[in-house]
Amino acid sequence: MAFPILTLIMLSPFIGAGVILLIPRDRGEVIKVVAAAFSGVSLILSFFVFAGYNTATGGFQFVEQMPWIPALGVSYKVGVDGFSAPQLLLTGIVMFCAVLVSWGKDDRPREFFAFLLMLVGGVFGAFMSLDIFLFLIFYEMVLFPVYVLVASWGSGRKEYAAMKLTIYLFLGSLVAIVGLLALYFAGGKSFDFEVLLKNVGSLGFGFQQLWFLPVFIGFGVLASIWPLHNWSPDGYASAPTAVSMLHGGVLKATGAYAALRFGIQLMPQGAQYWLPLVVFLCLANVIYAGSVAFRQKDLKYIIGFASVAHLGLVLLGLCAMNAYGLNGAGYELFAGGVMTGLMFALVGMIYERAHERNTDKLDGLARVMPLAAVGFVIGSLAAMGMPGLPGFVAEIQIFMGLWQRSQSVYPYMANTLSWWYSAVAIIGVLTVIITAAWTLRTGMKVFFSEPQTPAWQKLPGLNALEKFSIVFMCLVLFIAGLMPNTVMAVVSVGVQAILKTLGVMA
Amino acid sequence: MTFFDPTKLNELLAVLPEIVLVIWALAILAFDLLSARGVSRRALGILTALGLMGALVACVPAALTAASYAATDPTKLVVLGGLVRFDLYAFAFRGIFIVGAALTALVSIDFRAARAGGEYYALLLLATVGMGLMAASNDLMLLYLATETASISLYLLAGFMRDTKLSAEAGIKYFVFGAVTSTIMLFGLSYVFGLSGATQYQVVADRLALSDSKLLLTFSLLLVAVGFLFKTSTVPFQWWAPDVYQGAPTPVAGFISTASKAAGFAIMLRFLPYVFSPVPSHYVEGSGVWIAMMVPLAILTMLVGNLMAINQSNVKRMLAYSSIAQAGYMLIGVAGFAASFGQNTAETTNALAAVIFYLITYTLTNIGAFAVTGIVAQRVGGDDFKDFAGLSRRSPYLALAMVAVMLSLLGAPPLVGFAGKFLLFRSALSVAAQFNNPVFIWLVVLAVAMVLVSVFYYLRVVLAMYTQRAANDAQPLKVSAPVAWAVGLCAFGVIATLLAIYPLWELARAAALSLML
Repeated sequence: MAFPILTLIMLSPFIGAGVILLIPRDRGEVIKVVAAAFSGVSLILSFFVFAGYNTATGGFQFVEQMPWIPALGVSYKVGVDGFSAPQLLLTGIVMFCAVLVSWGKDDRPREFFAFLLMLVGGVFGAFMSLDIFLFLIFYEMVLFPVYVLVASWGSGRKEYAAMKLTIYLFLGSLVAIVGLLALYFAGGKSFDFEVLLKNVGSLGFGFQQLWFLPVFIGFGVLASIWPLHNWSPDGYASAPTAVSMLHGGVLKATGAYAALRFGIQLMPQGAQYWLPLVVFLCLANVIYAGSVAFRQKDLKYIIGFASVAHLGLVLLGLCAMNAYGLNGAGYELFAGGVMTGLMFALVGMIYERAHERNTDKLDGLARVMPLAAVGFVIGSLAAMGMPGLPGFVAEIQIFMGLWQRSQSVYPYMANTLSWWYSAVAIIGVLTVIITAAWTLRTGMKVFFSEPQTPAWQKLPGLNALEKFSIVFMCLVLFIAGLMPNTVMAVVSVGVQAILKTLGVMA
Repeated sequence: MTFFDPTKLNELLAVLPEIVLVIWALAILAFDLLSARGVSRRALGILTALGLMGALVACVPAALTAASYAATDPTKLVVLGGLVRFDLYAFAFRGIFIVGAALTALVSIDFRAARAGGEYYALLLLATVGMGLMAASNDLMLLYLATETASISLYLLAGFMRDTKLSAEAGIKYFVFGAVTSTIMLFGLSYVFGLSGATQYQVVADRLALSDSKLLLTFSLLLVAVGFLFKTSTVPFQWWAPDVYQGAPTPVAGFISTASKAAGFAIMLRFLPYVFSPVPSHYVEGSGVWIAMMVPLAILTMLVGNLMAINQSNVKRMLAYSSIAQAGYMLIGVAGFAASFGQNTAETTNALAAVIFYLITYTLTNIGAFAVTGIVAQRVGGDDFKDFAGLSRRSPYLALAMVAVMLSLLGAPPLVGFAGKFLLFRSALSVAAQFNNPVFIWLVVLAVAMVLVSVFYYLRVVLAMYTQRAANDAQPLKVSAPVAWAVGLCAFGVIATLLAIYPLWELARAAALSLML
């Protein structure tokens, strides 16, 4: 039997959580070291999976399979393709940095890190599951640690935000579960993703028309699809830094990922029918996030809306349903995830020191935390689509995908108007750039304005771990931006396979 | 007919667990009375749990024999003059009762009410005996006697804290409602006997099939069903639950909400299809009624339980309504079982197995929930939501265990409650697909909506434990070792069972199949 690398990636956080719970609660340092060690293991292993993914052969690799509930057609089956391998790496990166920036947690650190690691274990599991039942377990497993984390370690209206977030996401996942059960019965009573994929042809158009939306939108809630995005800014504003990073950076990505895998891939005709309409919801994401960002004074809300916009881009890429769009979406999931993680980390660092998030009141912070200022500029530029940073690579592909889509009519489309994809592309690209520019401007105000509040100048500087995580995430952004092929080569292999199942070659 | 037939001695295997338990109950009483300075509660509780484990061990050879009979000669399954059916179904339920009682015995050690001593534990054992016989009963008389054995023990246990008003009220309320409903059930059983002239289920069924007095049959069916609905706290016979749970000693409330409810399902699911058989070759007039009533009962029970649970300020009352809601979910499985009975064995088995599986998971979970609530009530002085404040600081492990059981009741993966709900909903959708019956799709949709509602009240406990502070939350909360073990076992079971879901599901399926042999 091959080395069970995927299982280890997923198990490492869970084992870490178990170990942490056994450490006496007053040994805060030990707890943090253990958390960092176990997330480090996952990070290194996920890097090996990403680097070791054979782009020449493609398909699902590192597959492990074990029977679990044979009577129901459920098995423990994990594996990655080109689309999910980068997301594992993304999860590893953001998680490791999230643990590092949480070093200052002194309130019940044991429970905090245990729940945090459970959350990440669930995300890892969701990205690697090739069995729907297994996927659902991981997917939903994440919800409730988040609730506890936000409600007890958060700030502001944390209880309200935590409940709102949980209810929205739970509702979405329940709707999606019902849809997946329908797929299970229609697709040959198997939960095995590859089996279902083979049986896609046997699903009638009527079935797909009926069940596509519940699955796509159900998972789309986690990807904060408009108008069901409402939990997201509230939740992120209240969540502790590490949770905002993980939730905004990677957990949301599982929503988009599931919408692609189980919505678009398993019901391609349903996708062709509905996505030309859904594309407006995704555009609304981008526009809405932009227009709210202009009015916001709360730094954390601004980043929260930036993450709504980030996922809006991903979903727009999915709606394009062609090579450009999907490549862009896969790339944006990775790059945007790191970017969101970075931005939330920075905002968290500011808030933990100043206990202030209002941009009107913050000024001149670059003098006390210069590295944070640099990180903020890099993050905003990445979001803006500055060439040399990964946002550019993602955005140009997504909008090219949408443009190309406007030239084609698919057989099962709800209507024959495909020209509006070009309108979506134009509006989308303008909004994204203006929004990101605004974020950058806000950051400039916070960091580079003339210092007026003496209290801010006495704030302690960043510690070594925080500096390390900023540099680390910026480095990832630069590598991904300057050598996009490191990620693109893997993503495009996954996308080719997905396009084949869609019956669309472009 | 000789009084003692040595060749039939092996039939006693069918009630071996009950024999062990009765002896043990007497031994506990004697032990308590005969020891000069009285026995510590701790010793009594542990002894009771050990005796229950002994009974569980005794179940194993008996169940294996039952399985071999089922495989070779199903006619040998009806034993002891037709009183008892010797099948895996009964043993699966016995497992639920015995494990539930053992956990309850351990949890009771820390609980003031059990200070009274041996009789508390003896009653617990006798209730378990009654429930075991309920699950196995194959005869109208034994059905009633077993039900009363279990019920009377539980009435006494519910009112055990004589010096507190609430407990006394709980005991009386439970007794009055219980006695009335069981009298109604007995009245119905007398009609069944009058119409058939027999008491053994199979004979009764054969004769009822010949009867054409549809009105009388329907009437008697409804009367008998009252008893079942009371036991399972199904709407409209649910009103006793909140008051009784709130007043009864907390471990007892946990036991009533799980084992006793499971016993109600056990008798209902055997009696209804056996006696009021809808199978064409055996058709009993009026059997359509119980099949038709399951869907509305499931809807009502889910709605009432979930909606009423939202606004409670007392955790035990919340748990009471939650247990009504849980019964509602299980009734979906019962409805699926009813709709497919006699037409499609695969669907019937799956639906019944899903109910049994759900009961197993629910028992483990809910006893844990009541155990933590009991500890909090004992140490903090109340069992309202506000009394849970600061628990995550005072006792982190207890708080984590409570999070696990609350989320399992909610049905969140990877906890065992998720598997229970998943299997239940899956079986309902399967029935919907098989019989082209959209009602079951809507049942599942409603259940899913209700699960969403339940997020509010289950998470309220988590909220209190983790976000609210108590004045003394720096002070650790002491939990004695056996109680900690019991809570730990529940939490472990809730967390780890998903890995072992397959054998458990196969067990539930085997139990379900054995009912239909």
